[in-house]
Amino acid sequence: MELICPAGTPAAFHEAVDAGADAVYCGFRDETNARNFPGLNFSREELKEAIAYAKTKGCETFVALNTFMRAGAEEIWYRGAADAIACGADALILADFGLMAHVAEKYPDQRLHVSVQASASNPDAINFLVDTFNAKRVVLPRTLTIADIARIGKSIRCEMEVFVFGGLCVMAEGRCSLSSYATGKSPNMNGVCSPASHVHYRKHGRDLVSELGEFTINRFPEGEAAGYPTLCKGRFDIADAKGYAFEDPVSLDVMGELEALKAAGVSALKIEGRQRGKAYVAEVVKVMKAAVNSPPERRGALLARLHSMSEGQKTTSGAYEKRWR
Amino acid sequence: MTETKCPSLTLGPVYYLWDAAKWRDFHFRMADEAPVDRVLIGETVCSKRQHFIEPHLAEVVERLEEAGKEVVFSTLSLVTLARESKQVREMAEASDHMLEANDLSALAVLKHKPHTISPLINVYNAPTARLLANRGAKTICLPPELPFSSVKEIVAHCPEIDFEVFAFGRMPLAISARCAHARSKGRIKDNCQFVCGEEPDGLPVKTLDRQSFLTLNGVQTVSHACQSLLGELDDLVAAGIHSFRLSPQDCDMVEVAKLYRAVLDGEMGADEAIADLQKIYPAAPLSNGFHHAREGAAWVARARNLQAS
Repeated sequence: MELICPAGTPAAFHEAVDAGADAVYCGFRDETNARNFPGLNFSREELKEAIAYAKTKGCETFVALNTFMRAGAEEIWYRGAADAIACGADALILADFGLMAHVAEKYPDQRLHVSVQASASNPDAINFLVDTFNAKRVVLPRTLTIADIARIGKSIRCEMEVFVFGGLCVMAEGRCSLSSYATGKSPNMNGVCSPASHVHYRKHGRDLVSELGEFTINRFPEGEAAGYPTLCKGRFDIADAKGYAFEDPVSLDVMGELEALKAAGVSALKIEGRQRGKAYVAEVVKVMKAAVNSPPERRGALLARLHSMSEGQKTTSGAYEKRWR
Repeated sequence: MTETKCPSLTLGPVYYLWDAAKWRDFHFRMADEAPVDRVLIGETVCSKRQHFIEPHLAEVVERLEEAGKEVVFSTLSLVTLARESKQVREMAEASDHMLEANDLSALAVLKHKPHTISPLINVYNAPTARLLANRGAKTICLPPELPFSSVKEIVAHCPEIDFEVFAFGRMPLAISARCAHARSKGRIKDNCQFVCGEEPDGLPVKTLDRQSFLTLNGVQTVSHACQSLLGELDDLVAAGIHSFRLSPQDCDMVEVAKLYRAVLDGEMGADEAIADLQKIYPAAPLSNGFHHAREGAAWVARARNLQAS
């Protein structure tokens, strides 16, 4: 199985390539990609240089243009696609039907991957994208169990890529407006979720309160580590019970299920984390590459090391395991 | 069938799990009394709930059609299981009614059959709208998240499609494989015992500072605030919006529909209607922030609207 690795900066890109990534995914420094964070992403020049470097090492580059085109400003996304192709991108990762149609028509030889943001969660949906836009691969939403993936794999006409490590969306990706409800900025439209520009921390007595826009997302008593107020990982009050209503502050780790994913027909394993630093990317890619190449009985120590790199060191198998539901 | 008014009113599918008799009686009353032109029917949130409405489906459709309403069947929003895919496929093959697509699988199986597009399908621009129209979409209800600038742009570039906007109700914001509603009551999705039915208007999610924020409805999360575009109807009609969607809440939806109709017909001013709407549905504050390119929870008052325009 291929290992698909994140890069938010040219430095992280080089680290990922050197650590043995089969492909690196990244995006332009604008609203065309779903990690549109300050200080991240690539200029045209940086992308061209990065792709050239990757090619010398036999590593592929996937360019994410996976937000939805703003009405009247489609040219920004069209130009992104044209430039990524001119830079030598091996695949474009797309979510918007209008953009998929544009790329399929104008660049019929360009390899097109379906972003997780497109919400293709079943065989009919995936085959629709294959037939309509000649998609070669789908990144599956984090709403499926491994049994679901195995069943889907038998009836679709393209490759499957799944998230195995890093951040975890609790909601079906590409179908969530929670962030914009609180801040006006959303993954679909702006490429951001719970943006830092709308985050505030304030002291309340001995507690530290985190806020997103006007809403309190969490409250940490003295001594408890304060996490980032990602909306769906906040603590709320439901029917007078206080707690993590949607999901605990955990990250995804299904590396323990590599054999099951392989048996399910998965072609590529994806690491989340374009917002991560180059040291993290280098270490995670190196360990995961070793894990993928090791026989199952010798993976234990590697997976333990990987586990220690997870956010807050608390991990979940997410929807891949049925009881998570 | 009575002549459909333009702009027309659409009653959205009931998102919440109501007991069967309540669901039936609600639609009977809408058929008899509400000035809506089109009614969407079907369980769109959770496939486990499907059997609740089935015994009453035929009589509800009959009553609505006798009253001159167009009935449209709406499909599931999140399709992951084989039986869910099968159900969407069978609906597309067997239905003699117009269908509304709520996910990509429905789009796939409805190709070249006339259908409508729900606000849960991501239509953010005109090229996407045109692509869907070429595949048979007749009406597109745009996502609640869209600002008016995008709505105007899309409508202006796709004169062949009828566009609708989500004009009343708590906004669908997210859907998950995980059921936060069941989990809040110590259960999980697979053994939920339909505890979401205990809250016919959703389960409030407050912040730790007791701010009203979100509402759980099974696997769906909707807003706490209730979208109201009463003050924006004129602008939307001028932009070419063809119909307005009223999403059922647990309140007097006949009165809600009458208010929207009265404002559209110029029989009532928006300010008066907004004041009345707050009395009809006092459970939630009103919001229109998305329309004004603000946070969705915001309410932009009319005076500021006027200054802005």
